[in-house]
Amino acid sequence: MEKFSSLRLGRRHLIGAAIALPFTASLARAGDPSLTFDELYGKFGVLGLEFSGRVKMLAGKEISMKGFMAPPLKAEAQFFVLTEVPMSLCPFCSSDADWPDNIVVVYLGEKQTFVQPSQTIEVRGILEYGSWQDPETGFVSLLRIRQAEYSSV
Amino acid sequence: MTATKNGGFSMRMLLAAFAATTILAGAAQAASIYPLDRATILAGSPFDFKVELSKQVKPEDVKITVNGQDYKTVLGGEAQFVELEKGKEDKALGSALLLRGLKISAPGAYKVEIAAGDETKSVTWNVYDTAAQPKAKNIIFLLGDGLSVAHRTAARIMSKGMTEGKANGRLNMDDLDHMAFIGTSATNAVATDSANTMSAFMTGHKTAVNAIGVYADRTPSSLDDPRVETFGEAVRRLTKKSIGIVATSEVEDATPAAVVAHTRNRSDKADVVGMLLDVKPEVLLGGGSAYFLGKEVAGSKRKDNQDYIKLFQDAGYKLATDKNELGANASAEGNLLGLFHTGNMDVTLDREFLKKGTVDKFPNQPGLVDMTKVALDRLSKNPEGFFLMVEGSSIDKMSHPLDWDRAVVDTIEFDKAIGVAREFQKTHPDTLIVVTGDHTHGVSIIGTVDDEKPGTEMREKVGTYAEAGFPNYKDENGDGYPDKIDVSRRLFLSANNGPDHYETFRPKLEGPFVPAIQNEKKEYIANEQYKDVPGAVFVQGNLPKSSESGVHAVDDVVLQSAGPGAEGFHGYMEQSDVYRVLADTFALGAKQTN
Repeated sequence: MEKFSSLRLGRRHLIGAAIALPFTASLARAGDPSLTFDELYGKFGVLGLEFSGRVKMLAGKEISMKGFMAPPLKAEAQFFVLTEVPMSLCPFCSSDADWPDNIVVVYLGEKQTFVQPSQTIEVRGILEYGSWQDPETGFVSLLRIRQAEYSSV
Repeated sequence: MTATKNGGFSMRMLLAAFAATTILAGAAQAASIYPLDRATILAGSPFDFKVELSKQVKPEDVKITVNGQDYKTVLGGEAQFVELEKGKEDKALGSALLLRGLKISAPGAYKVEIAAGDETKSVTWNVYDTAAQPKAKNIIFLLGDGLSVAHRTAARIMSKGMTEGKANGRLNMDDLDHMAFIGTSATNAVATDSANTMSAFMTGHKTAVNAIGVYADRTPSSLDDPRVETFGEAVRRLTKKSIGIVATSEVEDATPAAVVAHTRNRSDKADVVGMLLDVKPEVLLGGGSAYFLGKEVAGSKRKDNQDYIKLFQDAGYKLATDKNELGANASAEGNLLGLFHTGNMDVTLDREFLKKGTVDKFPNQPGLVDMTKVALDRLSKNPEGFFLMVEGSSIDKMSHPLDWDRAVVDTIEFDKAIGVAREFQKTHPDTLIVVTGDHTHGVSIIGTVDDEKPGTEMREKVGTYAEAGFPNYKDENGDGYPDKIDVSRRLFLSANNGPDHYETFRPKLEGPFVPAIQNEKKEYIANEQYKDVPGAVFVQGNLPKSSESGVHAVDDVVLQSAGPGAEGFHGYMEQSDVYRVLADTFALGAKQTN
């Protein structure tokens, strides 16, 4: 199992890679590797989570993932949150802090209309992992799909 | 003068005139003074004094007197003058005066009058002292978050059973011999939340919804509001007693936070961790490790790189992260930090029985009983005594999503923690036990659901009046919990408010209920995951569509107590009055001789 120190290094490389990616990204094709919510973390613990080997392997690659769409907390946000089950938040949610760990933040390549939250969707795009704060909203995410598009399934 | 001629009439006229002034003053955006009118203040307890004027004035135009004297003489300091406070988008709010950390040691009424140009305002505070000698050495304050009458009745029936209308056994909370009804409303609304309610218990001052350990001022920052002293801080200031905080929620959540913290906004959880470290409770157990981890660590919910695990360890804390480590550290030297989940700990039904929720990810979480035992073992080693706060956090967290089975099973666990406290009290009679909710929920038991009733429509299986009969829960292994909750004739608890949702008439065995989910218009709609449960019926919500769950009720909570000092609880009391009984029990307002 990788130690946190090496994980940090890996993440820095990844963020560098992610900045370059938008220029090289192309739309995902059918047959891209798929990722499930059960496969996100290799280890859960009070002192931190560890991304799974599969997430590390697929990082920077085009993937597909099924889930449910939760609207972002702020209307102007350029992303939405992909959840394993249709989700509502606690009564006092005022920040990203109240989301569970197993969410994926989706940045769309182009605007798409929102679908009903009970509708299963499949998102395709480029997987990215590591702590990252959305500059506009301050929303901190651990996993993202960028240059994404989605469709109802 | 008419007043001497007919006192009765003139009093009525006076009241009418007073009411009219109040309304007019409200409309004209009058000045605000914190602490508010009718505040009750423990003698010697530090608090911040703030005056907010609705206009910009010069400092020489402001006159403040206390009981007719210049305020500086009575309050012992000069307030900082803020020429212009600004709101959101730099909106001009007016001038302000702020004096932090003042103390009043002599009990009595303090009338504070301010005049600034054409603005005037006056408030009266009541400063009180306490008995000179403590009544008890220890206080165990057990709070069931959201604990309502329906929860305890359901817990009694589910846990003990009922025959021919008489309970087959009693809960531990049933035998506390003093009680009071507690009014829970906030300073800014008749409705209330776990922040302002616990803050009132823990400071003696009521405050606004979402606020902890402060009065809610008008400026946007949530960390600059006028502070009042918390019970944790008062215990630190005046005694050598130990402090323990135990919760099944995140330890930064409103209830545990309010023992020590100061913020206008309960969601400042990353800041609350720092406030916990400032006060350094000897025992701190619960969930919420995500706010202790620097942001680079996956799972962190901080926005900085502070490693609070290390900061607590550097401050002499032993760390426990699961049930085994909690047991192993039960009698270790030093302080104890136990964090058993990144977020809220799983509820009893999932943790101990169904293994749903996040139990697969955090399989070895202790329960409230384990945590309470360890806390008492450690705290009772201090010959000076202790204050322990124990919260059954998830009674509320499961009542919001209308998951009544989970809320009631957590109430049973909470009652078992009360049992641990009562056992401790038998060998340590110098201990005051207080058991209370912080606010209520809009829920009642209205009968049973009986699967054996004819037909397929679940609604027709609801039994009311004589048709309800008695539920058939069994506890054959004698652990105090029903052997299963999905028995054929079970209690039917029903909310009087909620979002659109599907009522399934069945326990949610697959995991906590999610009644409503949000659509793209930010409206909550019924979660269709439950639509196809056989017999489920659509229930139209009666709350705004922005509400995702059931809400707190404004009904009084029932407080019960036993032990030295418990006689202070009786009749109707404001939540802030509870603090005074706690302070009196420890003699925190006794005249200081040194």
